[in-house]
Amino acid sequence: MNFLRPNLPVYASKLEITWYYVFRAICVAIFIFLLAPVLVIIPLSFNAESFFSFTSGMLKLDPAAYSLKWYLDIFTNGMAAPEATLSLSWLADSWARSQWMLALKNSIIVGVFATLLATTLGTLAAVGLSRPDMPFRGPIMGMLISPMIVPIVITATGMFFFFSKVGLAQTYIGLIMAHALLGTPFVVITVTATLSSFDRSLMRAAANLGANPVTSFFKVQMPLIMPGVISGGLFAFVTSFDEVVVVLFLAEPEQRTIPRQMWSGLREQVSPTILAVATILVILSFILLSSLEISRRRLEKMKLEPST
Amino acid sequence: MSLAMDREALTARLVKAERRGKIRAFLLVAPLLAFVVLSFVIPIVNLVTQAFYGDLVSSTMPKITVELAKWNGKMPAPESLCEAFVTEYKAAKAKDPALPTRIATLVNREFSGSLSKMRPVANNELSAPYCDALAELNEEWTKPEIWNALKLVSPSVSPRFFIQSVDYRLNADGSIRHENEENSIHLALFGRTLMVAAAVTLFCALLGFPIGFLLAHLPTRASNLLMIIVLLPFWTSLLVRTTAWIALLQQNGVINDTLVALGLISDDQRPVMMYNMFATLVAMTHVLLPFMILPLYSVMTGIKPNFVRAARSLGATPLTAFWRVYFPLTIPGLSAGCLLVFILAIGYYITPALVGGQSGQLISNIIAFHMQKTLNWPLASAIGTLLLAGVLLLYWLYNRLVGVDKMKFA
Amino acid sequence: MKMTKTLSVLLGAAAAIGLTAAAHAGQITVISWGGAYTNSQVKAYQEPWMKKTGHTIVSADYNGGLAEIKAQVQSGNVTWDVVDVETSEAISGCNDGLFEKIDASKLPKGDNGAGPLEDFVSGAITDCAIANIAYANVIGYDSSKFTGDKPTKVADFFDLKKFPGKRGLKKESKVNLEFALMADGVAAGDVYKVLATKEGVDRAFKKLETIKSSVVWWEAGAQPPQLLASGEVTMTTAYNGRLFTPAVKENKPFVIIWDGQQQVFDNWAIVKGTKNKDLALDFVAFSTSTKPLADQATYISYGPARKSSAPFVGKFEDGKTDMAPHMPTNPDNMKNALVQDVKFWADKYDELNERFVAWIGK
Repeated sequence: MNFLRPNLPVYASKLEITWYYVFRAICVAIFIFLLAPVLVIIPLSFNAESFFSFTSGMLKLDPAAYSLKWYLDIFTNGMAAPEATLSLSWLADSWARSQWMLALKNSIIVGVFATLLATTLGTLAAVGLSRPDMPFRGPIMGMLISPMIVPIVITATGMFFFFSKVGLAQTYIGLIMAHALLGTPFVVITVTATLSSFDRSLMRAAANLGANPVTSFFKVQMPLIMPGVISGGLFAFVTSFDEVVVVLFLAEPEQRTIPRQMWSGLREQVSPTILAVATILVILSFILLSSLEISRRRLEKMKLEPST
Repeated sequence: MSLAMDREALTARLVKAERRGKIRAFLLVAPLLAFVVLSFVIPIVNLVTQAFYGDLVSSTMPKITVELAKWNGKMPAPESLCEAFVTEYKAAKAKDPALPTRIATLVNREFSGSLSKMRPVANNELSAPYCDALAELNEEWTKPEIWNALKLVSPSVSPRFFIQSVDYRLNADGSIRHENEENSIHLALFGRTLMVAAAVTLFCALLGFPIGFLLAHLPTRASNLLMIIVLLPFWTSLLVRTTAWIALLQQNGVINDTLVALGLISDDQRPVMMYNMFATLVAMTHVLLPFMILPLYSVMTGIKPNFVRAARSLGATPLTAFWRVYFPLTIPGLSAGCLLVFILAIGYYITPALVGGQSGQLISNIIAFHMQKTLNWPLASAIGTLLLAGVLLLYWLYNRLVGVDKMKFA
Repeated sequence: MKMTKTLSVLLGAAAAIGLTAAAHAGQITVISWGGAYTNSQVKAYQEPWMKKTGHTIVSADYNGGLAEIKAQVQSGNVTWDVVDVETSEAISGCNDGLFEKIDASKLPKGDNGAGPLEDFVSGAITDCAIANIAYANVIGYDSSKFTGDKPTKVADFFDLKKFPGKRGLKKESKVNLEFALMADGVAAGDVYKVLATKEGVDRAFKKLETIKSSVVWWEAGAQPPQLLASGEVTMTTAYNGRLFTPAVKENKPFVIIWDGQQQVFDNWAIVKGTKNKDLALDFVAFSTSTKPLADQATYISYGPARKSSAPFVGKFEDGKTDMAPHMPTNPDNMKNALVQDVKFWADKYDELNERFVAWIGK
């Protein structure tokens, strides 16, 4: 990799060459700082013992020191008959009773609907905001982005009071609304950014060719901004999937989500099960990140070959 | 048709078309705007209102509110005051058995110990003259303190929670005093929060700058690959990353175990890295670092290498060229990143609460504490309002300097 | 067209998921203190009750206090049905209209035929709550950390020189102030007399101040054994059963100091305004009957609140450990014991805890 090969100008002094390597070393250290915590939990989650640390057996690569039991625990914790053999009824029991399964179901329900809501509203708004004739653009944009800026404790507190008054507290609808709200700034930002490179003359061309505004939106504009919409939607989903403060304030015990379950796990019953869940989430975010990268590349390709 | 008329009609049509365009654009934004107003702006306004408005006493006990406003603060209290208090307090209990304690809790916060003095009033039979009956229940009722506390909580609009959130207290006569030494905590927490946010911002800038620089000046393929390292933690759940830091930093954690195994420290000399300020700063820096790298990177990619080369060829040393030419050009990215990190850091809650121990108590934690534990909701609202004001000020600054539409995440 | 189709499929799927989670006929939410304690309740009370009645229980944890309950009652979102509370909270919550009244005379008779009012030990029945067990706040330590002298008394907890290492304390005024006074030389019998004065409170805080910089604060009952196990602290306060279970089940080197133990009841209370009052009452009556109470002692070292349960208390779930010596009420463990003054705390909690929180934050 040319990362380490110096491509310094010929007139570089000795000092500069030394600095070049020192600088690279600093960067490597920072990358380790960024990445190591995320990676270290992966092997730890296969620990056979209930510690958050590497045992001597693990370091010697002794197979007995590794185990999948914390992954099994995700499925069995809370089950009526966890010791039963793997069967359809075992799966049904796990699906219905396991604490983590309950959390997963809630996270998915809330995440999916919050994402749909946030993406729809956010995309429409971004289209409006990118029109040159949008009035009060600055202040409105500022307001729409503010849920991302206002400290989450304040947002959650405000929602707790108001949602309690109108009967939305401790309901799925209330949670979905709250999470959608937190996701919309990301959608607005990403879609607006995509639209800034959108050639508006295409819309005029479509209108010239007889398309009404709705048709030209879906047939011309939408496909071109789709990568932005998708990445905005992914952001909204991740925001909801990662959110815990609003859930702490607004949700009832039956509505706990995965982060909520992790939060009480970290404060109350620290067990490597949390590491197993964390590992799954890291892999999940890696997949999400890759799909985002792919959609970004598609966008770039599209920009390079406007004829497609 | 004259030309002038034609022009007039054309202008009118243009204005109309422009207005239609404006309306159309606005209509697209309207659904989200309505949603944000409904689920965000109204709740926040409601929260701010709660910080200075509360009609629990004035609506359930209207007569005593009037009587207390008339009262000159001198003891013995007039019989009309005692009578209004006893009858209305009992009436409140008849309406809802939880009401007397809710009112007494408010009074108790102004004058500690009132709760146990007021409870018997609701639970015992009392007869006229009421002032004597009260005195018989407890001699505190012959002293002004409890009445003054009642007077403080009775008006529906009061600035006392804002005053309390900066460690002062309002007196019944309208003057202000310092909070007792052992109970004052908020200013210290505001200070600590600002300090933590500033430190985290500084660390993020120090660590983010080299990375931004490296990514911006590597060939695209290499920088894309490394960008994934920056973005992976960014996309990983906050709780996962916090869990990871716990696994790394705790007493028997990965770092300590490694240091012991390498013989760098002895087993009983393990440094404490968890449940203190160190853990808070490390974990928060890790969480917020990508917010610094991304704006720095996007500014640095726009800086042409020619500038530095020109400086060098004009005889500048590498350091001078960097400091006088390159660095000033990165200021927009640096300030954007710093502001964003600082804004996010002062509202932080989860990470410090999990890894910080008692030093992880920041202003957000005290808001959550008053929300969930002491149930002093108006105080939580008042502290929240102050925090909100600070954040909005910074946000306004950010918007002026950078512009919200310049924010990018991918 | 395609969009709407996908959407409707998604909606349908989500509805199906939602339905399977929420459509059971009878369901109550039971809130308790988590960890080994909730486990013992699930095994001894909840599972048998669910099996017997066919209803389901959503079980969740909290860390004590009335705040969440008050918040639910005041905001009108009551979602907790039955809550496990300490007696001082049971009393003040009852006064404040947070709990439903429970007529204890309607509870089942003991297995020996004794009426419920006679069968429960004294202090176990209050207007709104029925005790299930008595436990003790104790000090525990990791014996592998002290090679020479072992700590034996409350004062040792505050002796950082002789017994070095971090200390675990609950992030609450209650219990800590009593321990501080006892460590400062106040006899168990005089603790509440001293604590009722301003000087006494100052004295307790002064004593706590001496170890403040070495304290790791815990909130949930499951934390102290973990703090000990991970080496984060060498000594900690804890609920006695939380140290007993890992010590016996996992052979952890945890030792309990019974000197200065503070005994408290845990009670079932029903949140005012619940929609499932009848089911909740049925669960409370079932779980506080003779057999389930005795069964709980198979899983954790807490003393049942009914006299008629005592003869059924035998061995731990491992089948070999005798429970009697591990119970807080065992005479050997009672030499310098304190019974928590529930009326004192029902009155003073708000005031003292406010000061405590400000003190911690500094």
